[in-house]
Amino acid sequence: MFKFSDRPRLFFTALAFAVVGGAGASFALDDFSGVGRTATPAELKAWDIDVRPDFLGLPKGSGSVDQGMDIWEGKCAVCHGTFGESNKVFTPLVGGVEKEDLKTGHVAALMRKDFPARTTFMKVPTVSTLFDYIRRAMPWNAPKSLGDDEVYAVLAYLLNLSDIVPSDFVLNDQTIRDVQKIMPNRNGMTFDHAMWPGKALSGKDVKPDTHAVACMKDCKTAPEIASSLPDYALASHGNLADQNRRVGQVRGQVTAASEAAATSGKPSAAALAEASGCLGCHAVSSRLVGPSYLEVADKYKGKDVSAQIFAKVRAGGEGVWGDIAMPPQEEIKDEDLKTLVAWILDGAPTK
Amino acid sequence: MTRPTRTIEESTFEGGGARLRRAPEDFLSPGEIAEVSSGRRGFLRGSFLAAAAAMAGGSVAGAGRALAADAAAGDDAILKLPPWSTSLGQPVAATPYGMPSKYETAMQRRQSPGLTQVAGSSVSFMPLQGMFGIITPSGLHFERHHQGWHDIDPSRHRFMVNGSTPDFVKKPKVYTLDDLMRMPSVSRMHFIECGANTGMEWGNVAVPTVQYTHGMLSCSEFTGVPLITLLEDCGADLKKGKFVLAEGADGSSMTRTIPMELVLSGEVIVAYGQNGEMLRPENGYPLRLVVPGVQGVSWVKWLRRVEVGDAPWATKDEADHYIDLMPDGQHRQYSSIQEAKSVITSPSGGQTLLDKGHYNVTGLAWSGRGKIKRVDVSFDGGMNWVEAQLQTPVLSKCLTRFNVGWNWDGRPAILQSRAIDETGFVQPGYRQLREVRGTRSIYHNNAIQSWKVAMNGDVSNVQVL
Repeated sequence: MFKFSDRPRLFFTALAFAVVGGAGASFALDDFSGVGRTATPAELKAWDIDVRPDFLGLPKGSGSVDQGMDIWEGKCAVCHGTFGESNKVFTPLVGGVEKEDLKTGHVAALMRKDFPARTTFMKVPTVSTLFDYIRRAMPWNAPKSLGDDEVYAVLAYLLNLSDIVPSDFVLNDQTIRDVQKIMPNRNGMTFDHAMWPGKALSGKDVKPDTHAVACMKDCKTAPEIASSLPDYALASHGNLADQNRRVGQVRGQVTAASEAAATSGKPSAAALAEASGCLGCHAVSSRLVGPSYLEVADKYKGKDVSAQIFAKVRAGGEGVWGDIAMPPQEEIKDEDLKTLVAWILDGAPTK
Repeated sequence: MTRPTRTIEESTFEGGGARLRRAPEDFLSPGEIAEVSSGRRGFLRGSFLAAAAAMAGGSVAGAGRALAADAAAGDDAILKLPPWSTSLGQPVAATPYGMPSKYETAMQRRQSPGLTQVAGSSVSFMPLQGMFGIITPSGLHFERHHQGWHDIDPSRHRFMVNGSTPDFVKKPKVYTLDDLMRMPSVSRMHFIECGANTGMEWGNVAVPTVQYTHGMLSCSEFTGVPLITLLEDCGADLKKGKFVLAEGADGSSMTRTIPMELVLSGEVIVAYGQNGEMLRPENGYPLRLVVPGVQGVSWVKWLRRVEVGDAPWATKDEADHYIDLMPDGQHRQYSSIQEAKSVITSPSGGQTLLDKGHYNVTGLAWSGRGKIKRVDVSFDGGMNWVEAQLQTPVLSKCLTRFNVGWNWDGRPAILQSRAIDETGFVQPGYRQLREVRGTRSIYHNNAIQSWKVAMNGDVSNVQVL
């Protein structure tokens, strides 16, 4: 008998059976009428923003290296560094690419075991990837806020930083195709692995690359320990005794002061800052996207600016600490925001 | 190795037959420990000293059990009725949404210090060291966010299906949660593992416990609509459409290319349910993609759109990240399937065995290619192996719990587990894995994990070739 299965495509078969057998009433058959609706062209345009390596989906537009530099300095450099080299907030974007790589399409530094850095431009084979990602997800604190021309411009600037295009280059929906032909790691990818089902990628069935055998007895004469945890690393993850139950067949090793003792003095404001998403852009003592809380506290030391800061956080703003705009914070309750502002102006104490 | 306190005194190994002794913290309350620390030890005469003396004499059946002053009479925990046996408990619905016991605070998601610089684009690890069975409590499910998480109003969430060109989907559609929850649903248990799980250990041992070596792993029962149902409802061309793109509604609008083969199998689910309730916000509330057997990054959270096309998309998380660097400098792209893997969760790194004698060595095994067929366990670093018992259910692309009894004789040991899946694939050791993939990849480390047990009962993370 037909029942709702994992494969509702069987409905057609079932429907035919129901009609022939005259037993339609006993089946809860359905073509999902009334479920979902057709997407409008405007809706498709609003959400269908992906750009493929063959540039399907690429919008028209253009931007120069110079334009890109202006946007970069205002909105990107704070996290990525002036030259895309910063490792402070995210891994570096630029670096490690040689002129020769543009010819070969293989970044030579990736073959060097003594070259640990792996920047975005060392890895990424397709320029479409960068356009797509910048447009959908950047800047970090205001994703999807760049216009298409701005995306072209920022990407042009990055390509120039990587010595892929000259400083007078204008990137547009045509010249981007030329850029693809010289992307430094464009030949650096392989589909020759078994971690994708079927043949759609590589055109062939690839078998797994490890060939372990399940030996059961006298498999080797002695275990060779290649690596052990250094003593200092044992305490790097806090007190392991606190990370295991106090009942059971084992206990956690005592490796540091108790977490309970360390966190009991944590003020609710710090937790509030974390829960409210503030720490996505701010840290207590170091500058991330926005200023550190210590910097803020220092700047307004001895001044009664609580109401002013409260309004600033609520409405958002820019200019005080650089050009990166702080988005409006509309969802924090008044009471919580007061607590946060007082805590920040107090130097964001951890205890 | 220097520590603030020793949990086990090694001297007790001397003189044959002597048992390991538990440290005072194991049978004293935190308050009593504080008193000991502050120098006030007199009160201990009634309990601790009696226990210790009794143990030293070798007359205690279970080492470390707190005894009454009159040791012969028995255990105070039995002889003196506790408050919970002699008073009224709390009423129903005292906690309308129940929480774990206050004694269970050890079981928390944790970050690995120094792994990332921004918590909005980071990872928290599941505490495997204390988990039972195969289901991960939803509140402990590991987290990986690319641009922070949101708690999305489900009435304002939309799910769209369209084609790369109109050819691929005849009738692009929009669904609300109301729509999706009217459609036929399936509920299935599957593991989800981040492609970077165990990624810190490619070159050498880096972290102390199984929470950090293997904790980007969770397993839930997911409920939702098979993606194939939705694609068919939209008139998708499932022959020309070789790939689908899944896209999230968060700031990162995370995108990944999903194999059409898996969609056609009916396994890929557009899920709203997790362990009987809605997804947790950190896990994609109100909608996520479930792609059984494939690394977690493809299980796009806050799923807003699926597009059908004929070529992969090379998105940021498949052209810059989640690519596997091989020794020749090439990267494997679109590496997706999580190959067979296992790990012993107890005893495991950072733990201490309390005593010689019997232990239930327990752990988890899983494979992105189907069911687990067998798990072997070694106690001597891989020289000899025994077959572990698999706990039912044993499901496809789901965690499988294994157990095996072990009598620890107090000598050093190295514990390992090795999974074999239904395709016959055998989990590799580090030597085998590195021979083909080197040490510089970040992703898909499924090597055999080794835990060294020292004479004093301390268990630590080592890598064995």
